[in-house]
Amino acid sequence: MNAPVFAPWTDQSAEPMIRFRNVTKKFGDFTAISNLNLDIYEKEFFALLGPSGCGKTTMMRMLAGFEEPTSGDIIVSGDNIGHLPPNQRPVNMMFQSYALFPHLSVWENIAFGLRRDKLPKDQISARVDEMLKLTRLEKFARRKPHQISGGQRQRVALARSLAKAPKLLLLDEPLGALDKKLREATQFELMDIQEKTGTTFVIVTHDQEEAMTVASRIAVMDEGKLVQVDTPDRLYENPNSRYVADFVGDVNIIEAKASPLDGDRYALHWSEAEDALIGTTSTALSDGQSCYMAIRPEKIAISADRPEDAANAVQGKVEDIGYLGNMSTYHVRLNSGSLIKAQVANQRRISRRAFAWEDPVWLSWTATAGVVLAD
Amino acid sequence: MNRLSPFNIVSLTLGFAFLYIPMLILVIYSFNGGRLVTVWSGFSTKWYGELFQNEAFLDAALVTLKVAVISSTIAAVLGTMAAYVLVRGGRFLGRTLFSGMIYAPLVMPEVITGLSLLLLFIGIGLDRGVLTIVLAHTTFAMCYVSVVVSSRLVTFDRSLEEAALDLGATPFETFRLVTLPIIAPAVISGWLLAFTLSLDDLVIASFTSGPSSTTLPIKIYSAVRLGVSPEINALSTIMIGIVAVGVITASLVSKQQLIRAKRDEQEAARTE
Repeated sequence: MNAPVFAPWTDQSAEPMIRFRNVTKKFGDFTAISNLNLDIYEKEFFALLGPSGCGKTTMMRMLAGFEEPTSGDIIVSGDNIGHLPPNQRPVNMMFQSYALFPHLSVWENIAFGLRRDKLPKDQISARVDEMLKLTRLEKFARRKPHQISGGQRQRVALARSLAKAPKLLLLDEPLGALDKKLREATQFELMDIQEKTGTTFVIVTHDQEEAMTVASRIAVMDEGKLVQVDTPDRLYENPNSRYVADFVGDVNIIEAKASPLDGDRYALHWSEAEDALIGTTSTALSDGQSCYMAIRPEKIAISADRPEDAANAVQGKVEDIGYLGNMSTYHVRLNSGSLIKAQVANQRRISRRAFAWEDPVWLSWTATAGVVLAD
Repeated sequence: MNRLSPFNIVSLTLGFAFLYIPMLILVIYSFNGGRLVTVWSGFSTKWYGELFQNEAFLDAALVTLKVAVISSTIAAVLGTMAAYVLVRGGRFLGRTLFSGMIYAPLVMPEVITGLSLLLLFIGIGLDRGVLTIVLAHTTFAMCYVSVVVSSRLVTFDRSLEEAALDLGATPFETFRLVTLPIIAPAVISGWLLAFTLSLDDLVIASFTSGPSSTTLPIKIYSAVRLGVSPEINALSTIMIGIVAVGVITASLVSKQQLIRAKRDEQEAARTE
């Protein structure tokens, strides 16, 4: 039996919880967000991904109420909150620096928001204890923020922002200050907590691996615009542009001129010295139109002899080997001079490695392994 | 421990000699038995006894303390408010003018400040007394407070205030519950600065004090003009003692806090 897949964005009748409608934000002459439309659904774990300066933080600060849109509406659960002050929004935020109040204990930090709502004492105490339990911080309730470690501070910040049970939780680069091991553990913890509480999470990050791990959908941004909004697997496998293919994951991008074969298959002429590559795309390309083939390194096979049935095969010499432990990245210089990266899982121990530096090798991939992009 | 080179020892000795030999002489002569200030005639504490019999000095000391406490408190409040507006207010019309004007009294000669305040008080018909000295001291001390507090506010992590707003605090609650407790050390040191400035101010006080309200510096100054009496040595020694105790306590307390904070952080790192 299959569990129902969580995908409200495919359901035409689903009402989005957050709607950005024609939102523009300008700082003086600089346009941080330009005429942006975006729907985010209830219980989603939504990631805003992009390089620094792409406008993702501005989007989040507009949701939190620290910035007002220059024009356009931001609607949360049917209310236009674009110009509401931050203390009147059903939204809480977890800050990149955690922003824990240094003069208050962990307990008082978590209780801060509840106290502002003038809740009765026993309710506050019960809720704080619940949050401490959720984030496994019971032992540290009486400590001050400087008396706990970075990972614990991160959990206090999360507990504090979740204490008021907001409809929407914003996370601004929440794991940036943690080391790699702790970051990975915390990613799964975040997903777990999101599932338990049923809160809608919007996370801002520049780390594409983090976005892919935690998010149900990812919006890739560039220069104040949304480039692609999609699920992690579709972003990775079906990027709609060179920008997305390049930003999400590792990729080889080959510039070529297309000439139609049959159906959605195209021959891609990319080098005088090499045979044309074969690729497929659903977008119609005219004869001679310039396009790009994006092919992920792990989808390229490496072999000593030319594989007989491969749609695409090129020959070159191993120039560099990046050993990552679980896999190795081979940089192969083709006879025509271009460099192609191929990634191979290290199923055998390294002493049995089949290829070494300067070995001549064949790289091959199927016609559907890569993506052909018009821009 | 590093050994000091001869050059360093010489410069250290010279520096401290310049700073402290005058005070040391004053302290020694305050225990002089004779009336002549410059002739040593045996150890005695009688001038301390005489000092506490001298009501004029005691009254002046009381006025000085009263003025210092009231004016530095008002200055701390006004100076903090001014600093907050200048640092947090963003770019409002006339901001540059305001920030320039708030720091102007720092560089203004005291004589001019004193004279202009005197003219103002005469102009509006305010009788000179404790009130006028308090007003005058508040005027120049609040600039110092605002300099100290605004330098703290500049380095203040704004996301703390944003977090408080985000958790539902009104802007006023945010200031009261988050900003003020965190900048409190700066406000307190501003207060202390204002307090000491008020304690030893002679010029402005002499313009704005009335016959019934002489502050200690004025009293000492006028007494010295009639010849240095050993009583004044005793009084000065007491003041040096109070200041020294205050400074040493403050530095010991802050050192203790630093050590404790460091230990806490190391402990926190271990519990990860």
